[in-house]
Amino acid sequence: MVRVNLLLSLLLVVCALGLVSSQDRARKLFVDLERAQAQAARLEVQWDQLQIEQTALAKAARIDTKARRELAMEAISPQRTLHLVVDPADGEVRVGPNAPDVEAAREAATSSAARDAATRGAGAARDARNAHKRPGGQR
Amino acid sequence: MARTRRHVPIASNPLLQVRLPAHRSQLVMLFVAVAFVALVCRVVWLQVFAPSYLQQQGELRYGRTIELPASRGKIFDRNGVVLASSLPARAIWAIPEQVDATPEQFAELARLLKTSERDLRRRLVAAADRSFVYLKRQVDADVAERIAALRISGIHQQREYKRHYPQGETIAHVVGFTNVEDVGQEGIELAKNVDLAGKPGSRRVIRDRYGRVIENVEAVREPHNGRDLALSIDSTIQFLAFDALREAVREHKAKAGAAVVLDVRTGEILALANWPTYNPNERGQLSGAQLRNRAITDTFEPGSTMKPFTAALALELGQVRPDTVIQTAPGRLRIGRATIGDAHPHGPLTVEEIVQKSSNVGTAKMALAMPAERMWEMFSSVGLGQAPQIGFPGAVAGRLRPYRSWRPIEQATMSYGYGLSVSLLQLARAYTVFATDGELLPVSMFKHDTPVEGERIVSEATARAVRHMLELAAGPGGTAPQAQIAGYRVAGKTGTAHKREDGRYVNKYISSFVGFAPVSDPRVVVAVMIDEPAAGKYYGGVVAAPVFARITGDTLRTLRVAPDSPVVKLDIPPPEVTESTGTGAAL
Repeated sequence: MVRVNLLLSLLLVVCALGLVSSQDRARKLFVDLERAQAQAARLEVQWDQLQIEQTALAKAARIDTKARRELAMEAISPQRTLHLVVDPADGEVRVGPNAPDVEAAREAATSSAARDAATRGAGAARDARNAHKRPGGQR
Repeated sequence: MARTRRHVPIASNPLLQVRLPAHRSQLVMLFVAVAFVALVCRVVWLQVFAPSYLQQQGELRYGRTIELPASRGKIFDRNGVVLASSLPARAIWAIPEQVDATPEQFAELARLLKTSERDLRRRLVAAADRSFVYLKRQVDADVAERIAALRISGIHQQREYKRHYPQGETIAHVVGFTNVEDVGQEGIELAKNVDLAGKPGSRRVIRDRYGRVIENVEAVREPHNGRDLALSIDSTIQFLAFDALREAVREHKAKAGAAVVLDVRTGEILALANWPTYNPNERGQLSGAQLRNRAITDTFEPGSTMKPFTAALALELGQVRPDTVIQTAPGRLRIGRATIGDAHPHGPLTVEEIVQKSSNVGTAKMALAMPAERMWEMFSSVGLGQAPQIGFPGAVAGRLRPYRSWRPIEQATMSYGYGLSVSLLQLARAYTVFATDGELLPVSMFKHDTPVEGERIVSEATARAVRHMLELAAGPGGTAPQAQIAGYRVAGKTGTAHKREDGRYVNKYISSFVGFAPVSDPRVVVAVMIDEPAAGKYYGGVVAAPVFARITGDTLRTLRVAPDSPVVKLDIPPPEVTESTGTGAAL
């Protein structure tokens, strides 16, 4: 009887110590979790901040001014734009209908008269080289 | 000896031999027993009858309630570009009588708060009898950290959020802004405040002696962040419209201007620009004129832009065909005691030409042949006199009086846009009838991207016929050849309306142009309104039409719409066809 009691009380002590250590571990893990969550919140704020910064840097108003003033770029004009159309029949890319006269466009690109016409419109300024592709030519 | 004495077994302790009266030990026993009973009573009292106080005291030493902040939802444009977003900020506040700073600290504080030392001191003195005064709100987090690092006693901080609007003035009227309490004041911020606002939560925690949180007690009340919103606006197109508008208003020394771009497939508002505007990030002093979202909240007499609706109704009623000839000579028409007139006498014109050359007389003649009731029905079915359902604060209904009270002269002037009033958005929406094949589209400020069901107003044939007339009006022989765009066929109508001041028409104008492109398969409706151009020119064809051309051309290129007409040098003759402005009946 005494032995059983002793055994049980020993078991009890071991269990109690186990409880204490697991509680301690739980708390330590909880502290880690808290820290990780705080970091997540911090990173989220940072992401928001970067998102705002990116938008502010990439806004059309800024790009437009920079492109025109600092890089001396011009807006695309219809005379120098070829619209490529994917043909639904065979998936080929072709120059769309109503393409501008490329020879004239090449001339116009060098003449100053075109520059006046090209000042209309904004949007991403594109390289005049696009216009050198032959109309009706494929990819 | 002493040694042996000390090692006496307890049983043979001589003290035990001493005989004392029994009651003495019993008395001691009694005292001990009473003390025990008192202790037990105390324990029972503390454990059973008065535990709450102790528990509270205990919890005060390790428990804390932590606020879980919820952020306000972000506002995006249709492509996910941020239009409004919140970042944590701090409010700096002080308990005036506790503020104790060295002169250097004080100078640094004033510098960080971007104010002068004198001003700061004055504010602290002024609030000396209060226990709380805000020094500055919405301070950026990094600045707040440096203020905290000064460790000035009596200066405290409080968490809050600051709203940022990276697109700034371009889109200020649509997005609006919040106040320092994070409550929407204008625009979408106001209209959708309930959705955008977050609901802060809280949780109860246990802290250890280092102040670290080690356990949650009770259930966590989760914070609910505000919902993000995606608007129908495309920020690129918005900028294009805004830029074109700003330039036009400056060039024509106008008082104000507005432009609207609608997507014909979905009814979404792609751009809604206003001038004058403001920077929502720096709202130092704002005037009402800057804040007004003219495209939605201001109404004006539309003038000639209403003529296509009169023509459409005449076609619907079978009164005329597009090639029916109506005599407009001598350019004057007497109705009762009033006379209306054209800018130039035109002679006999077909219905097509009446719209193309914008003849008041021809339009009025068509209108007088139709029942007032049908005309009212037509105007009200395209949304006039009703506020558009776009969920935007301050959207106005405009004015369209009931037909029973119309006099003939009023019916005549209404047919060309006087005696009724609309907002620019209403006008743009009404034109979707011609841009689609006769269906009026519901407009939306929020992205939905799916084609919408319109409401049929006129037959397909009528819509096509009017579309052709509008293309003529925007062509070489019309009132607005400057509306043409290289590569795209455009259709549209100018409007040049006298303004009314104190019930009388004065020589101030509102120039407008509403149109759509490309005509072969309309993609966008664009409406432009320039208020009081004062640099000499005021006809819609020379003031508003070029703005329309620029916005529409850029928008179609941005949307990558294939050209539907050969790119040729535009034939823009000097404006020989001047538009008839006329005035309404004096009411």
